[in-house]
Amino acid sequence: MSSLVIAEHDNATLKSATLNTVAAAHKIGGEIHVLVAGHHADGAAQAAAQIAGIAKVVHADAAHLASPTAENLAALIVGLADTYSHILLPATGFGKNVAPRIAALLDVAQVSDIIAVESPDTFVRPIYAGNAFATVQSKDPKKVITVRATGFDAAVASGGSATIETVPSPADSGLVEVLGQELTKSDRPELTSARVVISGGRGLQKGENFKMLEALADKLHAAIGASRAAVDAGYVPNDYQVGQTGKIVAPELYIAIGISGAIQHLAGMKDSKVIVAINKDPEAPIFQIADYGLVGDLFEIVPQLTAELG
Amino acid sequence: MKVLVPIKRVVDFNVKVRVKPDGSGVDTANVKMSMNPFDEIAVEEAVRLKERGVATEIVAVSCGLTACQETLRTALAIGADRAILVETDAELQPLAVAKLLKAIVDKEAPQLVILGKQAIDDDANQVGQMLAALLRWPQATFASKVDIADGKATVKREIDGGLETLGMKLPAVITTDLRLNEPRYATLPNIMKAKKKALDVVKPEALGVEVAPRLVTLKVVEPPKRRGGGKVADVKELVAKLRNEAKVLP
Repeated sequence: MSSLVIAEHDNATLKSATLNTVAAAHKIGGEIHVLVAGHHADGAAQAAAQIAGIAKVVHADAAHLASPTAENLAALIVGLADTYSHILLPATGFGKNVAPRIAALLDVAQVSDIIAVESPDTFVRPIYAGNAFATVQSKDPKKVITVRATGFDAAVASGGSATIETVPSPADSGLVEVLGQELTKSDRPELTSARVVISGGRGLQKGENFKMLEALADKLHAAIGASRAAVDAGYVPNDYQVGQTGKIVAPELYIAIGISGAIQHLAGMKDSKVIVAINKDPEAPIFQIADYGLVGDLFEIVPQLTAELG
Repeated sequence: MKVLVPIKRVVDFNVKVRVKPDGSGVDTANVKMSMNPFDEIAVEEAVRLKERGVATEIVAVSCGLTACQETLRTALAIGADRAILVETDAELQPLAVAKLLKAIVDKEAPQLVILGKQAIDDDANQVGQMLAALLRWPQATFASKVDIADGKATVKREIDGGLETLGMKLPAVITTDLRLNEPRYATLPNIMKAKKKALDVVKPEALGVEVAPRLVTLKVVEPPKRRGGGKVADVKELVAKLRNEAKVLP
């Protein structure tokens, strides 16, 4: 039994979800290898080699892997799959895009978004926006799995000394061309790994009012998120979205501001350690799961809170 | 250009599901069912492509129970031209659905398959990518903008931290994200017209597809309940509690 964890990285550094995915592989047991597929990705490969408990880093370098398409990445991974019983990817936009392509090419089921490992073939995953947890057993000879980062404490990023083995990559499939990327520039921590997350909802009334949250976020070194309603209303970009169909977060402190608490939103944040809700409607469902609810006008409360934190 | 739109009948997004006492699944009896919201966005996008003169025919497909015919009628009322139901009582998992859809694609030869990125019942987010793999077609998942011209698709897609633009030759598979469009409501005259549109029914066996599940659901349970409901009177009390009780602030 051995696992191949597909690293998510930007060629220079590993994305934090990679460490949670390695942690899930540790729970499964057996030898763990990490695939770093990129271009000039020595930095990411070195970082992967230092993760505790990794036996080997498999490193593929090619120009067309710089920002790899699902088609090219799946072809590479399927070519490496023979010796592995488990292939794991983080359940991020990156992993969700590629994993089903790998599973279909291997003719195996995929187990999406696992939050616990019961045994090497049995996993727990949320369904219906987290309103139920299903325990599923895979009958396939190989398991292709995506891992919800909040379900597993990150593996230790240092202390390991894995060997790095270079492997060739299949040629560019030519099916898809990456024409460009527009990445949101931010000095704030990543939403999915921040210690504090401040999210705004429809109650903010317009996009510019998110500036108010930024002032608060600066004080707390927090990431900023949003409900689907706020994204739909065009207040903030889609990658701010926390919820069933957006990002899943579980920070130490989650502050929901002007968010009513639709089940789809709760699905993305209810595993946060401490939840604060600020909303003018005392009946808002968000209060039922909040540890500290404050009923009132957010336009008064948020500046007060920012000032109070000095 | 022919467009194929696979759709799924799911528990309506407003329904809070209940886990069955025997732990075998969630209770879907007497619960409101609707088209998966992301699939509605896919139908809408196909209809807009037809309105722009890019698409010539829209075929909606669903796999599952006889009752999926209602969902297909909804797609026809929004603007699909005809519908196909792959009818079965069997439990269908994403890989099986992708194989059924591949068989339909082989017959219908569409230039574009557009479907929701994820169904809100099993939250698997797999079928579009699997179908693209089985067809050896390019995929553009989580689309927020689709342009089709000269046999090529240019797709803006949602990625972690921003947007990515992909270019690909058709045929291709596109999965929809929230911001792609806002689906229209079916009007009454269109609902009436939809009743007369063709809806063919085929069986998985006729398509030569083995649909046996690969994953066995051992049990389904309620998630642990979160104990919330605490209130504070003002900002001062909130900050004091976050510092001294929850100890999440310095």
